[in-house]
Amino acid sequence: MGILEVDTLSLSFGGLQVLSDVSLDVSEGRIFAIIGPNGAGKTSILNCIGGFYRPDAGRIAFDGRDLSRVSTDRRAALGLARTFQNIALFHGMTVLDNIKLGAHAHLKTGLLASVLYWGAAHHEEMQLRREVEEEIIDFLEIEDIRNLPVRALPYGLQKRVELGRALAMRPRVLLMDEPVAGMNAEETEDMARFILDIKEERDVTIILIEHDMNVIMDISDHVAVINFGRKIAEGTPEAVADHPEVIRAYLGEKKG
Amino acid sequence: MDIFLQLMVSGVAVGGIYALIALGFVLIYKATSILNFATGEFMMLGAYFCYTFLVLLGLPVIPTFLIVMLCAALLGFLVERLILRHMLGQPTISIVMATIGLGSILTGLAEILWSSDFKSFPQIFPRAPIDLGFAIVRSNMFYGFLISITAVIVFSLIFKYAKVGIAMRATANDQMAAYSMGINVRSMFTLAWALGAIAAGLGGVVIGNIGGIQPNLGQIGLKIFPVVILGGLDSIGGAILGGFIIGVVENLAGGYLGPYFGGGVKDLAPFVLLVMILMVKPYGLFGKREIERL
Repeated sequence: MGILEVDTLSLSFGGLQVLSDVSLDVSEGRIFAIIGPNGAGKTSILNCIGGFYRPDAGRIAFDGRDLSRVSTDRRAALGLARTFQNIALFHGMTVLDNIKLGAHAHLKTGLLASVLYWGAAHHEEMQLRREVEEEIIDFLEIEDIRNLPVRALPYGLQKRVELGRALAMRPRVLLMDEPVAGMNAEETEDMARFILDIKEERDVTIILIEHDMNVIMDISDHVAVINFGRKIAEGTPEAVADHPEVIRAYLGEKKG
Repeated sequence: MDIFLQLMVSGVAVGGIYALIALGFVLIYKATSILNFATGEFMMLGAYFCYTFLVLLGLPVIPTFLIVMLCAALLGFLVERLILRHMLGQPTISIVMATIGLGSILTGLAEILWSSDFKSFPQIFPRAPIDLGFAIVRSNMFYGFLISITAVIVFSLIFKYAKVGIAMRATANDQMAAYSMGINVRSMFTLAWALGAIAAGLGGVVIGNIGGIQPNLGQIGLKIFPVVILGGLDSIGGAILGGFIIGVVENLAGGYLGPYFGGGVKDLAPFVLLVMILMVKPYGLFGKREIERL
């Protein structure tokens, strides 16, 4: 039994069938990649797991617990974090504030105390700040930009800040939607290294959508291939790369 | 006494009050993207709540203020829960119409509950005018300004530093990201309405204390449109600065042009400025330009 199980998931918008009977079994401590052509339904799977879409049928279980009755915001407290395809940072805020927001779901202080910012709220804030600065900012090598507003940062760094924010949520499962899309070779290499380190040092299970096949082959433990809303293949990266269905979906039919 | 300084000081004093009411509008817009055209009526009800507890029930000043804030918060809460929550996802124009309708309903309700007669507040502040050395301010204006500016500062600090404030800003920035951070976006909407109503309600208390109240007091709320357009609909700092600018412009126009064109100039000037600014900077001085990448 995996930490995250997706069982015969189906999703449609009006007459458009987005996902049909997709099942995924994600084992704890692995990097699980989802690949497939544009529009195959990959992001829709993440949106179902995150609670943004309600599937028509099927079941999603997190650590054995059915998520269908867990509201979107409470899934974060369970240990599900996410980075987005089009960076979804809070643009007016600094790097540090963005990352600290990731820990929002874990703060215990009540509304009144936090409005008035006294006692426990202040203590908690200081502790959070230490944790964020020492662990996450050091880890991601972004000390020198932590007080800058994120809108001023280059794209690669914004992606890194978004990852930092997800890590501050102390996730058990991290959903990453195209973490290296649009990055240059050096940025891609850094990000791949961070993802591997997160898996190994922080015991985080990672579900990854990506188009960069080099990254997929290098870092993932298990790959599922989605095409037209169906899972057409899955296995180790090597097995999937040689799978005839996958070659057909990506490259088209061989002529002659 | 220099007439220019005198007009500037009166302008700043009334500007602080405009800033507070505008803040009530901006807080709601920033978190929920809803233009609340009933902000003026929220303000009017705040004044009537104050009148009820202070005059009709004879409570002391400080408890009255606290109860008025509580009632205003409840008003914001109910409006969000009973009306706006059910309109999520509807076209902007429908939502705007709903808030305009709400404004008329609240005005009518005030007429039913308190009649349409003019009511004045008892003198709660020391009556003597305040002499600043370079200008003299009416005492109600002076204390009203102090209350407004204190409230504006407290609201700004909450929004900037408190956990709920940060969560509200996050919600305003990106709802999907806020959800995935574990922020309960819907309760942030409710909270924004409650805080916005408190700000507007307090503004009403101050205005009622200066000039007395009538159910059509909400029309003063129209003045916040030049203020928020000037500052940018979603900028708290802009609302504050906009409040001061409109207050000063209004008083200078009234003082210098009023003798030639009549008293109406004072009410006209902010709107002339509004149209001029919109022609040059359609997003206001500090507003954000929405760019979405799909």
